[in-house]
Amino acid sequence: MSIEADQHQLPDARGYFGRFGGVFVPEVLMEALARLEQATREAFADPAFWSEYEALLRDYVGRPSPIYHAERLVDGPHAPIVFKREDTNHTGAHKINNTVGQALLARRMGKRRLIAETGAGMHGVATATIGAKLGMQVDVYMGAVDVERQALNVYLMKLLGATVYPVESGTRTLKDATNEAFREWAARVEDTFYVIGSVVGAHPYPYLVREFQKVIGVEARAQILERYGRLPSDVVACVGGGSNAMGIFHAFVGDAEVDLWGVEAAGHGVGSIDTAASLNAGSVGILHGSRSYVLQDDEGQVRDTHSVSAGLDYPGVGPEHSYLKDSGRARYVAIDDAQALAAFHHTARREGIVPALESAHAIAFAQKLAVERGPGGLLVVNLSGRGDKDVRTVAALEGAEVAR
Amino acid sequence: MIASGGIGDVFARARNERRAALIAYIVAGDPDRETTLAVVDALTQAGVDLIELGIPYGDPLADGPTIAAAGQRALATGIKFADSIEIAAAAHARGAAPVLFFTYVNPVDRYGAERFARDARDAGAVGAIVPDVPLEELDAFAPPLRAAGLAIPLLIAPTTPATRAARIAAESTGFVYLVSRLGVTGARREPDVAWAARTIERLRSATTLPLAVGFGISTPAQVAAVGAVADGVIVGSALIDAYAGSRGAEAARKAGVYAASLRAALPERALRQSSG
Repeated sequence: MSIEADQHQLPDARGYFGRFGGVFVPEVLMEALARLEQATREAFADPAFWSEYEALLRDYVGRPSPIYHAERLVDGPHAPIVFKREDTNHTGAHKINNTVGQALLARRMGKRRLIAETGAGMHGVATATIGAKLGMQVDVYMGAVDVERQALNVYLMKLLGATVYPVESGTRTLKDATNEAFREWAARVEDTFYVIGSVVGAHPYPYLVREFQKVIGVEARAQILERYGRLPSDVVACVGGGSNAMGIFHAFVGDAEVDLWGVEAAGHGVGSIDTAASLNAGSVGILHGSRSYVLQDDEGQVRDTHSVSAGLDYPGVGPEHSYLKDSGRARYVAIDDAQALAAFHHTARREGIVPALESAHAIAFAQKLAVERGPGGLLVVNLSGRGDKDVRTVAALEGAEVAR
Repeated sequence: MIASGGIGDVFARARNERRAALIAYIVAGDPDRETTLAVVDALTQAGVDLIELGIPYGDPLADGPTIAAAGQRALATGIKFADSIEIAAAAHARGAAPVLFFTYVNPVDRYGAERFARDARDAGAVGAIVPDVPLEELDAFAPPLRAAGLAIPLLIAPTTPATRAARIAAESTGFVYLVSRLGVTGARREPDVAWAARTIERLRSATTLPLAVGFGISTPAQVAAVGAVADGVIVGSALIDAYAGSRGAEAARKAGVYAASLRAALPERALRQSSG
């Protein structure tokens, strides 16, 4: 399946999706971002770049990922639910689509060193993986709290030859790891490429990460048309920073009859202090280089967040999602910890698939939507990752012991 | 562009005294309001020409561990954006050195640029630096501040190409802030004095504004080296470290002793052609 860069849609030349996006970073990074934008433009216009990317996605990542009809997920009359199986990718999630693309871009720019932020560790592992394959040094910044919580992924990154730096500042989670990655980039901007893990950050990151993830939607749309002879009624994906959601949404944005649903992590509830639902509970602000919805207080201080899923535990969201929300093209709902955990178990028992806790948020919402839509509907759910990494978290929540 | 009133006077006086201006950065409310005011007084008495007053922000991308931690200490006391402005007003009322705010775009955005401009002016502040607003995004907050007569010094980094540096200098008001090396604020890495000297030389033809250098300057020897080429020397993290862990008069004494050692290190210079 051929992927080409989308040069004719948003963002605009200044990196804006409507009023969202932009470039809010210290001057020391401006030249690096300008060079990245230039390199991105050139690479995206070069068929050789895309053919190398596509070959790696096919042979190394294992694309196209299948679609799968999850027949036993919902009882009674309901719309069919079709999973887009990003969990079958190498390293177990959609993250690798993006790290392969950015690492190729880095190599093209002559950079020898990749840095990345990571929360649950999936993006860190995906960066370490492609770094190993391409022979590049990889340094990963990870909040000290997350280093504790995700010991398995920390060890995996080390196995892959990466160095993991625990970040002790602030709340010691993903937000602080991202701050630290930006600071490290500022200190070694000449030889270092910052591989951002989601559709966040300053322009051109939200654009280029979307371009590397849109393969999900391009494939899913063609697969659904082929198998069902029609477009889906709805596309559902979880949203933290929002890269898997932008990835699957993008191909469907022009299909007015397809409803797009982003599912945020409500944590203990959208109205509670313990939430990560930036689009549902946040306000417009500027975080990590772009204007978007942000969980913040009245003083513009970024709030601490909570979700049972580390990958959604982030106070910001990609600017294009803010644009899709305000324009009404996509709708954003929230699923709390308990609902996500229930969907996690239910999917394991009924389908023999253990989803990532992130993806379980999307599944939980899809179960309700499928009943509402009835047999005439057709839902595509982005199963963005597998749940192996979450087994210990879930076991701990239920008081079960899992050997370290 | 004509140097804005308050800041213009600061640099003019230093120039008349044949030396660079000494600019000191501290965080408002670190560790409390009274200590901040006592430190401001001590810095003024030690001969500091301009005080950069940091309005605390929890996610300061341009700052290293020292200033980030100072911000956290201040925020832990519950300090609000308006409280930082009030501290500046109190300092102004007691005749302290002029205050220039330093903060980040999100708290300014939240407070409102127009409200910030009005309140900062009323507090007697002379300007504001917002390091995560590059040239391209200036329209998002600069117009009301300019209208209120506040200076907006912009930053030039070692990575900034020459043509862009000239544009930044042209858009700056008050002075131009040269970042002395890659990375964030903090005393962990040496400033690149040679780069600063070359850049200053080049920028003299692009602007008549004073050129100040900051990031990583911590010792009297560094102040002497930078002060020999720049119109202003900015010291932050090392000053904060000098009184971290102390409060009130004790903090003020430590800050004053340290600032006086820097002030004494400023070399005498030939009288350059008047700028601004």
